[in-house]
Amino acid sequence: MSQDKVNKNEWPLWEVFIRSKAGLDHKHAGSLHAADEQMAIENARDVYTRRMEGVSIWVVESKYIHASDPDESASLYDPANDKIYRHPTFYNLPDEVKYM
Amino acid sequence: MNNQRALLDYTLHLADDALIIGHRLSEWCGHGPILEQDIAITNTALDHLGRARSLYQYAAAIFNGMPAEEKKDCFTSIAIQNIVSNGEQIDEDDLAYLRDGWDFRNTQLAEQPNNDWAYTITRSFFYDVSNFYFFTALQKSNDETLAAIAEKSLKEITYHVRWSSEWMIRLGDGTEESKERLQTAVNDLWMFTGELVKMNEAERVMLAAGTGVDLEAIKPLWQQQIATIFSEANIDTPPTAWMQEGGKEGRHTEHLGYILAELQFMQRAYPNMEW
Repeated sequence: MSQDKVNKNEWPLWEVFIRSKAGLDHKHAGSLHAADEQMAIENARDVYTRRMEGVSIWVVESKYIHASDPDESASLYDPANDKIYRHPTFYNLPDEVKYM
Repeated sequence: MNNQRALLDYTLHLADDALIIGHRLSEWCGHGPILEQDIAITNTALDHLGRARSLYQYAAAIFNGMPAEEKKDCFTSIAIQNIVSNGEQIDEDDLAYLRDGWDFRNTQLAEQPNNDWAYTITRSFFYDVSNFYFFTALQKSNDETLAAIAEKSLKEITYHVRWSSEWMIRLGDGTEESKERLQTAVNDLWMFTGELVKMNEAERVMLAAGTGVDLEAIKPLWQQQIATIFSEANIDTPPTAWMQEGGKEGRHTEHLGYILAELQFMQRAYPNMEW
């Protein structure tokens, strides 16, 4: 949707990231509408954490998310497919090293 | 009024306030201005209903523990009288579904209709601010059950007051139309706020017993907080005028009857039905 077609009466869209418990990363949970960042956090609290899903919320206005182009997937990601040597699987670990 | 009867009235007033405002907010379910606020307001409605349940359970226990003679004077409701004369105990559902309007002790503010978003926000705001100071104080009650309910509820109420205060500022400081609608709602609902901070007999008895909260002490805190948000929202404080009262004694505006008709219909038409 081009910017000038955005409904002017609609609040901006925000992406919501939730930390499910202390020590874990924030994970993308979804998106929602809100008038400002304060309301976005409160809406996220009401929409995404009402079943004890979270202990921390990040919100980012969706227009500030820059994503890679799916049409470029072939050139961006396929080249990694045959570079198996980039995985650290070619070492013989001594038995003394545990928990690797 | 003896302490037991005052405790029943006191607990029921808190329970009825929670049930009726919770019901009013639940009417927004599926009708919120946007999806996210629809969920927010129904979450809040459920907070109020949850508090109502805890309080009704306690009120039922108080009632069941009263001497048979005193029970007869508590409610005019025939349905409750029948339960009592059968020698049975009442429970939380009986209190919510089988009492008539004049047995309800909610403030008249709680039953006022939603009208529009500005009315709904204003009603919640007046109520949430008073709730915040009230339940903060109730945590120190010498009644362990009420103190525990207060402590649990206060976390929810802290969020309610934040939510409704922000909406007051957003609407008052928003567009011409939102400001006008908010000022109209404030003017119309103002006369129902007196009851929030005016003590009745049961409340005085409970205060003297160390159980209840001193509303006289809450009144200036409430007024101060309302004035602070009004000023941020560019809303004029209505001139102090005559205030409505009587909800806590069972005298209600015409709106409560319609709420109860909807709320109680199933249990009245199909007694003891479960679903």
